[in-house]
Amino acid sequence: MSTETGTHPTSGMTSTVEATIIRRRSEGGGALIGYLPVGFPTLTESIDAAVALAHSGVDIIELGLPYTDPVMDGPVIQAATQQALANGFRLRHGFEAVAAITAQVNVPVLVMTYWNPILQYGADRFADDLVAAGGAGLITPDLIPDDAAAWMGASTRTGLDRVFLAAPSSSDDRLRQAVDASRGFVYAVSTMGITGARGDVDSAARVLVDRLRSVGSTSACVGLGISTPEQVREILAYADGAIVGSALVKALADGGVPTLAALARDLAAGARDLRPASSAPTR
Amino acid sequence: MSTSLRTEAGPYFGDFGGRFVPESLVAALDELTDEYAIARQDPAFAAELMELHRSYTGRPSIITEVPRFAAHAGGARIILKREDLNHTGSHKINNVLGQALLTKRIGKSRVIAETGAGQHGVAAATAAALFGLDCVVYMGEVDTERQALNVARMRLLGAEVVPVKTGSRTLKDAINDAMRDWVTNVGTTNYMFGTVAGPHPFPAMVRDFQKIIGEEARQQVLDLTGRLPDAVTACVGGGSNAMGIFHAFLDDPEVALVGYEAGGDGAETLRHAATITKGRPGILHGARSFLLQDEDGQTVESHSISAGLDYPGVGPEHAWLASIGRATYLPVTDDEAMSALRLLSRTEGIIPAIESAHALAGTLDLGKQLGPDATILVNLSGRGDKDMETAGRYFDLLDKGAAQV
Ligand SMILES: Cc1ncc(COP(=O)(O)O)c(C=O)c1O
Repeated sequence: MSTETGTHPTSGMTSTVEATIIRRRSEGGGALIGYLPVGFPTLTESIDAAVALAHSGVDIIELGLPYTDPVMDGPVIQAATQQALANGFRLRHGFEAVAAITAQVNVPVLVMTYWNPILQYGADRFADDLVAAGGAGLITPDLIPDDAAAWMGASTRTGLDRVFLAAPSSSDDRLRQAVDASRGFVYAVSTMGITGARGDVDSAARVLVDRLRSVGSTSACVGLGISTPEQVREILAYADGAIVGSALVKALADGGVPTLAALARDLAAGARDLRPASSAPTR
Repeated sequence: MSTSLRTEAGPYFGDFGGRFVPESLVAALDELTDEYAIARQDPAFAAELMELHRSYTGRPSIITEVPRFAAHAGGARIILKREDLNHTGSHKINNVLGQALLTKRIGKSRVIAETGAGQHGVAAATAAALFGLDCVVYMGEVDTERQALNVARMRLLGAEVVPVKTGSRTLKDAINDAMRDWVTNVGTTNYMFGTVAGPHPFPAMVRDFQKIIGEEARQQVLDLTGRLPDAVTACVGGGSNAMGIFHAFLDDPEVALVGYEAGGDGAETLRHAATITKGRPGILHGARSFLLQDEDGQTVESHSISAGLDYPGVGPEHAWLASIGRATYLPVTDDEAMSALRLLSRTEGIIPAIESAHALAGTLDLGKQLGPDATILVNLSGRGDKDMETAGRYFDLLDKGAAQV
């Protein structure tokens, strides 16, 4: 990993997230990114669950901070984060979880959060505390680059990754803006909708990744609706990473860490060797 | 005043407003912004809307002077702007007719709406019926229970009402679910937002559709009294009826503007919806404004006897008007509002909505402060028919064991 660096023009610092993605790509697969909320079912169990993800082959952890008004989330994640809030989740638990996870496993941890908690904490103070906890950066589902001046400043200063979203409905100008503003990767939303497992991953995802490539993206990961190893394999045929959320949360809710780890191992197998056993990839 | 306060068009009002939404919604917000910008320059759009106001809603709404009520307000002259007489019973119809016309222009066939008291939901369902649009209304489960009559009205009008069971199960959660629906169905669906909150262009657009209230009332008061009122008052939930009546007076510095927020059990307790009085700046539902939140930026649940004011946020233009001192916002408790509701009913034969009763209660105090020479214009945003069950229970007016069948 020492020679592969994802460097960012504005900061010159290495993004471990981007470096991880590049390494997985160069090995013939792509990155598997797994989402879990902090504090579900409890703070301790959420830390154990994230550690188990890393041990089961997940390359990058996306740690969600529970929020009262999660407009991008479907029923599974809503139920989990609502339970975490009811159990007394506080923002400082987010830093505790990041620190505990990064102390145990060597995978980058990105924090996924709606913007108001950061605004109240202070973007600069949050960035400093996230760096201190060993976090890699933020995924911000309700912050668009247009309104992100404070976060652009804080992330550039601290070298944290900033992952903005790109949607099938985004104009080419907006895709270019998302690519230019992002560091680590761009989060390509597979479909018009919210989080939640889906039977098919939309063909819109492939079109979107192609469009992101044509405006210069070298690191595009697809999320929303992905739940099976087959879907991960299908997506990594054209994207740099696959993001799985609701399916992992549901596994954790249904069967605890063992069930979660089993699903993660299956998904990771889908992310490794993309060539079908008998023939070369068709595209 | 050298510069006009009436020309603000968003996305920001001072530090407030913006678009804090998922990227998936930006294209739809851009489309709405652009289509609205074209429509508002189009005389045909304005003419069609004015004709609907006249022949469907019953505009202009009248003003009514209420001397017997005013006797309890230190003798100040009190004039009501009668939005309660509009078709569907509140000011909400002004906004939905504009947005439904816009939906037709954009070429979408389905509308969604959130509702608290049910008045915006009823108005949206009404406009959808009139324009032949499919309509889904999201309503917190708590509100479907306390405003059951409005649920029936919406269903009768052909709308689907979805009781929202997440979070606090009130207006704020209904907005979350409506946003989730919109993200998913944005290709066919327009979101008809019910108040001057939410992401740009809603605060400016909804205000524009409601400012007819103040434009009419300003002239009506001038015609009646020969001068401008000393104060204009309104209740503030999200803030649409208040922006609607305030806007025409923004550049009349001699006219005080006072918004009354829901004080619930008391603004000093934990159970209220006094967003500007007790909240601090933050982001909710796509805009930066005042909101009720805890130290971590988690939205705090609001409380009010009035479903339409039971909202922990407020429109960004109000946050701005408060920040520059142009308007003042004060809390009114449940009990104060309910006694003002009864007082107007008994002195003037007008039963107001509980929301509007907050403005009446505040005006009773304001009248005593301003004295008998003052004239106060109050926005009577809606009628109380929908609130008879709440009022019946509150005042113990229902015969024991009597059930309506
Ligand atoms: C009669 C009436 N007044 C006021 C409100 C509060 O909304 P706003 O503050 O947007 O006028 C409502 C909302 O349902 C209402 O029904």
